[in-house]
Amino acid sequence: MTFMKRNTAPLIVLLLLIAFPWIVQDSYYQHLMILVLMWVAIGSGWNLISGYTGQVLFGAAAFFGMGAYTAALLLNKLDISAWWGLPLGAVLSVALAFPFGWISFRLRGPYFALVTLALNEIMRHVATIWESLTEGMVGLLVMQTFVSKVPYYYIALALAVLSIVGVDLVMRSRWGYYFVSIREDQDAAESMGINTVRYKMVSLCLSALLIGLAGALYTNYMGFIDPKVVFSLHDISIMAILVGIVGGVATVYGPAVGAFIMVAVQEIFRSAGFGLFPYLSKATGWAWMATVTKYVSEAHVLSFGLLVVIVILYLPNGVTGDWSNLTRRLLFRKRETA
Amino acid sequence: MAYFEAKNIVKFFGGLAAVNGVEFKVEKGQIYGLIGPNGSGKTTIFNLINGYFPLTKGRIYFDGEEISGLKTYQICQKGIGRTFQVVKPLKRMTVLDNVIASAFLRSPNKAGAIKLAEETIDFCGMTSHKDKLAKSLPIASRKRLEIARSLATKPRLLLLDETAAGLNPSELEQAIDLIQKIRDSGVTVIIVEHIMKVIMTISDTILCINHGMVIAEGTPVEVASNHEVIAAYLGEDYGAQS
Repeated sequence: MTFMKRNTAPLIVLLLLIAFPWIVQDSYYQHLMILVLMWVAIGSGWNLISGYTGQVLFGAAAFFGMGAYTAALLLNKLDISAWWGLPLGAVLSVALAFPFGWISFRLRGPYFALVTLALNEIMRHVATIWESLTEGMVGLLVMQTFVSKVPYYYIALALAVLSIVGVDLVMRSRWGYYFVSIREDQDAAESMGINTVRYKMVSLCLSALLIGLAGALYTNYMGFIDPKVVFSLHDISIMAILVGIVGGVATVYGPAVGAFIMVAVQEIFRSAGFGLFPYLSKATGWAWMATVTKYVSEAHVLSFGLLVVIVILYLPNGVTGDWSNLTRRLLFRKRETA
Repeated sequence: MAYFEAKNIVKFFGGLAAVNGVEFKVEKGQIYGLIGPNGSGKTTIFNLINGYFPLTKGRIYFDGEEISGLKTYQICQKGIGRTFQVVKPLKRMTVLDNVIASAFLRSPNKAGAIKLAEETIDFCGMTSHKDKLAKSLPIASRKRLEIARSLATKPRLLLLDETAAGLNPSELEQAIDLIQKIRDSGVTVIIVEHIMKVIMTISDTILCINHGMVIAEGTPVEVASNHEVIAAYLGEDYGAQS
């Protein structure tokens, strides 16, 4: 009973999400929802290592791209279904995370963040230069298995649910307590008998696992990858951080909320206000409107920056973390007197 | 062999000898006091025992085993708990969660860890603060939380670093009671303290150090009347006061 009570809102959202492909048949919106669900998994992975364990991951794209390329290369080089890329891509992402975490977690401070940033760039260059394996900038093609978007939607939904339930279970367990202890004070954690290097590794590996899964799914769904897309610093690595921060750092449902907002923001800019700006420029015939349209659609990275400033100023704990605050402001409720 | 023994421990920070050839033995069930002026190396000794700093020279034995060279978390697993002089509460966790996190060391399943944590909190008299966030606690409770958190790892030897500093007189009495209760539960205690009232009341043996070297060891009465201790630390007035 308490389970139902505590999880009412998420369960309702889940039912709506299950029904979504029947309610909305437009494949464009289905595509956007698949991206949102994929970002839930990446955001949850980022949140585990950075939000809960306090080790800021700056290179989520390294793991994402590793998963994506594993899936694509399985098909292109070994003629094995790219779906096997999901388990194998996840494993290889973990394998990639392992040595880098092992070295950088011995140090305190910003080293881990810097190392992962470097890892992101290294992986992108390797994928670009190693043409005999990865075809370089030409990219790799994978035939999509399904014509309809609905099967992909449900696979992405399963992945999103798996990440949220997984993170929730981990955070209620011994590991979860250890992760948060490490974030709060590493010296205290050590003197409580916690092997901080080991548990930072555990957290990083779980995180790489989720992000690698999302990468492999991306290959299967989009059918085409190149180094610029899957190892992108701003479209994957920074986006992962934003999903975490906007949604709410160190909250279970934060990445879900953040993924929805961030994909929406990205799409509003990319499509120039869902076609509003192009429509206005055509209707009015003003030349400057066309220029504005062009700049707006190219400015989605700028919008990220503005969004971060707004979130840090007004919702320092993210939408989920400051939910009570947010509803109070929006509904003009009176401040409760303390 | 003594229960706990530090043999000729030396720690250099660059050219500065913070601890220089300190030796002492602690018997099981004792409360062992460590005193000395500021900067004399008391906390450094704790950091050496606890593995936070590596030793430059010397060996440390606990319960028949050499523990020097082990990592901090391994030393905790061996049964040596410590509190920090500058308290390190896990700020954004509740008091209960702070203690549960360390109780997991001795009780891998969660129900057991919660039970152990609640017992420990009760033992330290913090049950009313259980659900508060650690960052909201005043200093006296933060010091108590440090003790509760290290007790939850079921130590056999506990290192208390200035647990009584900054407490008011009534809190001081409670702190003394708590430390005696810990000793009575079978835990050996090494305590660093500046408040003479505390250290003279509860210690069985006191070691006084200055400039990283031992200047006196003995019962509270012996140490308090030692000339070198008076010159270096207590001051001429101390005898007159008491």
